[in-house]
Amino acid sequence: MTKKDHLTPEQFKQEAPKHPYQDVLETLDLLDQDRLRQVGVVLQDADRVGTFLQMDHSVVHCSVAHEGLEVLSTEEAARRYDWLREYRWKMLPRDLDEFTTYAQEHARHGYFVRALPGTKATYPLQACLYIAHDGVAQCVHNIVVVEEGAELNVITGCLSASEVKTGLHVGISEFYVKKNAKLTFTMIHNWAPKMQVQPRGATVVEEGGLFLQNFVCMHPVARLQMNPAIYLKGPGAVARSNTILVCTPGSWMDVGSRVYLQAPQTRAEVVARTITTGGRVINRGHLVGEVPGVKAHLECHGLLLTPQGLIHAIPELEARAEGAEMSHEAAVGKIAPEEIEYLMARGLDEDKAKATIVRGFLNVKMEGLPDELQAKIDEAVRQSQESVL
Amino acid sequence: MLRVLDLTVVVDGKVILEDINLEINPGETHVLFGPNGSGKSTLLGTLIGFNRYKVVNGRIFFKGEDITHLSVYERARRGLGLLFQRPPTIRGLTMRDMINICSQGRGDVEQFAARLNFERFLDREVNHGFSGGELKRSELVQLLAQDPDLVLLDEPESGVDIESIALIGRAINKLLQRDLPDGENRRPLKKKREERQKAGLVITHTGHILNYVNADVGHVLFEGRLSCHGNPRELFTCIQKLGYGECVRCVV
Repeated sequence: MTKKDHLTPEQFKQEAPKHPYQDVLETLDLLDQDRLRQVGVVLQDADRVGTFLQMDHSVVHCSVAHEGLEVLSTEEAARRYDWLREYRWKMLPRDLDEFTTYAQEHARHGYFVRALPGTKATYPLQACLYIAHDGVAQCVHNIVVVEEGAELNVITGCLSASEVKTGLHVGISEFYVKKNAKLTFTMIHNWAPKMQVQPRGATVVEEGGLFLQNFVCMHPVARLQMNPAIYLKGPGAVARSNTILVCTPGSWMDVGSRVYLQAPQTRAEVVARTITTGGRVINRGHLVGEVPGVKAHLECHGLLLTPQGLIHAIPELEARAEGAEMSHEAAVGKIAPEEIEYLMARGLDEDKAKATIVRGFLNVKMEGLPDELQAKIDEAVRQSQESVL
Repeated sequence: MLRVLDLTVVVDGKVILEDINLEINPGETHVLFGPNGSGKSTLLGTLIGFNRYKVVNGRIFFKGEDITHLSVYERARRGLGLLFQRPPTIRGLTMRDMINICSQGRGDVEQFAARLNFERFLDREVNHGFSGGELKRSELVQLLAQDPDLVLLDEPESGVDIESIALIGRAINKLLQRDLPDGENRRPLKKKREERQKAGLVITHTGHILNYVNADVGHVLFEGRLSCHGNPRELFTCIQKLGYGECVRCVV
């Protein structure tokens, strides 16, 4: 990273023109509709229990169609609920870094989602953060609260409009998974190649809670940096995190996951598969076992499809108590020639053999993904391998 | 089926095989004996076309066609198959998908798997965490689906426990059209033998597989040269009693 590339939040436009509220998503510009579909947004609400769409700094749509669920802009939620203070800036320090500080001062909206105790939403809820104007700095603060015994599946699409070239996205996210609750959170990114993306996230999981986190980014992005923390605070809390990154030439991704196992019988599994077709990836993973009787596994695998790319895997295990059982496996390299020849000996030509290996490499089982979104991801995998081979 | 003429092969600048001549006719199964490092796997790898084995002299003909410079997949599509001694793992690809790749979508995956009691592995990743015997069964299920005309078997019995070796032997016989008449195949043995087209070349280190698979011709590969040919059982007995060096000395 050269000095020239280092952009500060102030270099982006603070203000953006307002976008009118839309009662239904079908009245959006057709080009925007098309972009939204790319990250799995369903325009008819039927298959979603709720929708939140923010363009630049405007909440363009916010609706909910399920008993016991609430979807609001975080600003609106703060006006309505005094108690929101208990959830805001509780896990992330306001002065974490320059982007966090900037977001603290300039954040506009973001989504607030709450599932009341015992609510079980069958379909996903979709939240979408969209940069519609070139050069805009979009800062949001997202809060998700899944109350005791509730189950929620949130799909977040973060993207920029097709005419946008550059911009900054800072997303502050604080998620609360209460006792015996379950949150599945999937984030799909699709940015313009010159975008700066700086999500800052933390999740706390209480007793018996389950947090599943999926992150997919297969499109170019100038700089993407995130290393969200998961705190397994209650006994028996479980976290699983899956990350798929495809890093194209000119992209720089520094992505990780941290899990703090703070109570007995907590479990965590962190899996990352990264591919570079010429970009630079730092793939972090950090497990911290703070009490005895916890179990966690970390897997960082990277594949270099061209000699120009770089993958730097940094798996870390930190045991602070006796009997914290943690392991990791990490492997970085090019496609093994033995694997290519193996498939060729079964009748595939070299390109098909490589494509099959890449597809398998990225074939990470992600729970909670609707079929059409899985199909989108499969399609993106296919396109990214075709662009290289 | 296969004709190898004056084949010399170099690996990393070193001559591993020298002046190999070998002919395998349709319906024949040949066995290749030889000590560790004699070049047995190199010969099989050269026949299938692996990149690291450089042919510096000689020719390989398969079904009358010169395949010396064809790529691995072109040879596979012409009917050459290889049982890998140490097959790699393919992450994220299921056995089911792999078997479909081998069969090009023809035939029933479950049926191929059933022959090797392999049904419960179909949704596992290819070779991931398989034991020695499971790896061989995985290879044989794939080969049954691929149905090659000449199958190269690199130590099919290595790492296999006693119970599985009979199962593996039966699958190899099926591949080589040497299976005994059974419920689904009642044609007389004599007729089957006369019509047999499938050919095989088997590497064996221990010779155990000979108790399950009948071979027609044996060869001894010693220090990169095919040194001796004959009845496989006779050769094996000689090797067991006198060792490879002695066997070569006495026969040549």
